[in-house]
Amino acid sequence: MAVLNEEQSMLRDAAKSWTQEKSPVTAFRKMRDSGVEVGFDAAAWTEMAEMGWAGVIIPEEFGGSDFGYLSMGLILEELGRTLTASPLLASGLGAASALVLGGTSAQKSEWLPKIAEGTAIGALAVDEGAHHAPEKVALAATKSGAGYSLSGTKTFVLEGLAANVLIVSARTSGKPGDKDGITLFVVPADAKGISRKRLALADSRGGANITFDKVEVGADAVLGEADKGYPVLEKVLDRARAGISAEMLGAAVQAFETTLDYLKVRVQFGQVIGSFQALQHRAAKMFTDLELARSAVEAALTAIDNDSPDVPELVSLAKAKMGDVFHVVSNEMVQMHGGIGMTDAHDAGFYLKRARACEAAYGSQSYHRDRYARIQGY
Amino acid sequence: MADFGGSDLEALRSEARAWIEANFPAELKGRPNPMMREERSTPSAAQEAWRKAMGDKGWGVPTWPAQYGGGGLSASEGRVIQQELGRAGAYNPIGGMGVMMFGPTLLEYGTEAQKQEHIPKIVKGEVQWCQGFSEPGAGSDLAALSTKCEDKGDHFQINGQKIWTSGAQFADWCFCLVRTDTSKKHEGISFVLFTMHQPGVEVRPIPLIAGNSPFCETFFTDARAEKKDLVGPLNGGWTIAKRLLQHERGGLSGGGGGFGGGRGLVELAKHYVGVDDQGRIADPDLRTRITALEIEGRSFQQTAVRAMLESKGNSGPSAATSIMKNAGTQWMQARHEITLEIMGHQGLGWEGEDFTAEELGAVRGWLGGKAFTIYGGSQEVQSNIISKRILGLPDLTQHT
Repeated sequence: MAVLNEEQSMLRDAAKSWTQEKSPVTAFRKMRDSGVEVGFDAAAWTEMAEMGWAGVIIPEEFGGSDFGYLSMGLILEELGRTLTASPLLASGLGAASALVLGGTSAQKSEWLPKIAEGTAIGALAVDEGAHHAPEKVALAATKSGAGYSLSGTKTFVLEGLAANVLIVSARTSGKPGDKDGITLFVVPADAKGISRKRLALADSRGGANITFDKVEVGADAVLGEADKGYPVLEKVLDRARAGISAEMLGAAVQAFETTLDYLKVRVQFGQVIGSFQALQHRAAKMFTDLELARSAVEAALTAIDNDSPDVPELVSLAKAKMGDVFHVVSNEMVQMHGGIGMTDAHDAGFYLKRARACEAAYGSQSYHRDRYARIQGY
Repeated sequence: MADFGGSDLEALRSEARAWIEANFPAELKGRPNPMMREERSTPSAAQEAWRKAMGDKGWGVPTWPAQYGGGGLSASEGRVIQQELGRAGAYNPIGGMGVMMFGPTLLEYGTEAQKQEHIPKIVKGEVQWCQGFSEPGAGSDLAALSTKCEDKGDHFQINGQKIWTSGAQFADWCFCLVRTDTSKKHEGISFVLFTMHQPGVEVRPIPLIAGNSPFCETFFTDARAEKKDLVGPLNGGWTIAKRLLQHERGGLSGGGGGFGGGRGLVELAKHYVGVDDQGRIADPDLRTRITALEIEGRSFQQTAVRAMLESKGNSGPSAATSIMKNAGTQWMQARHEITLEIMGHQGLGWEGEDFTAEELGAVRGWLGGKAFTIYGGSQEVQSNIISKRILGLPDLTQHT
């Protein structure tokens, strides 16, 4: 655990006690079983917003607390432990970062206060295929009068169904794969021509495909500069990647601790199974990997707060390491629990499914290893 | 920390800079520490002068108490000395097992008389120590050791054999675990000190797969230890041994350094394997594995930094430290393996002019590195320790 200042310690303690009391894994199970379409519990989200969590990276002048990304990571880590489903990552971190980093003052004034108080939900509409590839943008934004007309489809938009405002990457010149020619737009989710389709996903979260059919927006909808959206998008995505890595860290640590508890109570052959060295050494290895992953995640969040030039490589390092470790731990959670771990009644499956969904979000381990190597010049 | 970054530190820095400039022989600048080499030749006059100067000043062990000749400095002040030595291209001539393991342990458990006798000689680099711990029948299960120690009235008499005794061929004294009670396992072990320069001690270096002999077999035939050189109570040596092993493992994780030396994996791969038209390592499978290893190594470094910050902060001792030995040594071994793979046929050279020094060093490093996960508590013993002490799982092996 990073060395925290006073406000960070308070924030973490508040997040810990709220998730343990108000949002344990049973709450996630209840949400899933209820079949609620947006993929999170609206009442829980209201409570989270009332505690100020949606505004943690938003400047005070727009209603936030400006505590920074390590602080946001501490909350996401606690939410990850209990698999709490909420739009915090997509809205309070992803969309909010886009507006803070690239938004015009009108865009900031319109959306950031609402995002900070949780009355509006923002989402990043970035990917268009099975794999994260932010430069492979085909969704077209063509000049139309004084503004643009958007046509195309975005896939796997996290919290896409609940969103009130979308940050959309669109092509204004060049071809899919070019980094130049990408423009970011701030588009109200109820704009004419937008249709959204809920995706029923293994991890029960709120993903959606969103189709844009001649959606008309004004020139004032451009976030940042036309054709030059990619550098801003990368910065926004790095923040989202670091944030989801923090959530993954919390989930993986909890998966490990739950498994460790089980090793101490499950008796076979007349002794607790945690006395078997075959399991002990795997547990020791997981603990080791979790410690390494924690260092990587906290270093990435801290680098963002310091606006350090090595943010991209540290973020890719963290997402790659964390993704590998989450898979190992969630698979071992099932294996070490034995038969009960395969049942829907047990929580192990939730962690296993979440690990896969987190891997796909904002770039898999493979994507980030490749990116890390490119940044390092090989 | 009160003294961190303060003006006192800067005053010390100026003092250290001036002192090093006045005392460090220019001809030794940038030269390796002669203690690090296996074949130790007679030290030159300059080397001797530098050892004596540092020994008298106490800065070879800057944080040890001044009353025994140490520097008497705080940890952050000690780092200033280290930084200034590095800046001047000067090695620290005071080192070895006495500094790494035995000294800190004796300062904790020794009597005043024992500290007065032994610590100053370590501080001055006058006496080299070796560690008599492992035996042929007591490796990972160290407490199974059987080297016998009998009370002969005015002295102890020792018979038995130790193995993997690092640097025994250069050592003046041995700190040794011996059996003083055969009816108990852990509670029958004592911690004694004796001189290696006596007829009852025989040392045979062990040639290793890397072609060198850093370790020895050490035989004791009616060897003698004085009564005053028993550390701690009779049959109370195991507690001291465990503490000493913590000092040893802390030094073996590579946490502080060990990343330098030679070109990085990426540079090597670009040289031996080549690059594609985008400047990527031409073999994509190798490139992926190098990247994974780079990420692993960097997360280890990040953990070393985090453990240091946490131990300075108010959150108590860091759990991260327990993982450092396994994580660090496994990473270093993997790095050696992939280095040879990158070099291909050039990574097979044993000696001769057909291979560069870097290539020859890679082969010897690969083989020598096999010791990392075995010595100082094998990786399996380290996993036992994490399981029991950190994770609270039941202990089947006892007392690891």
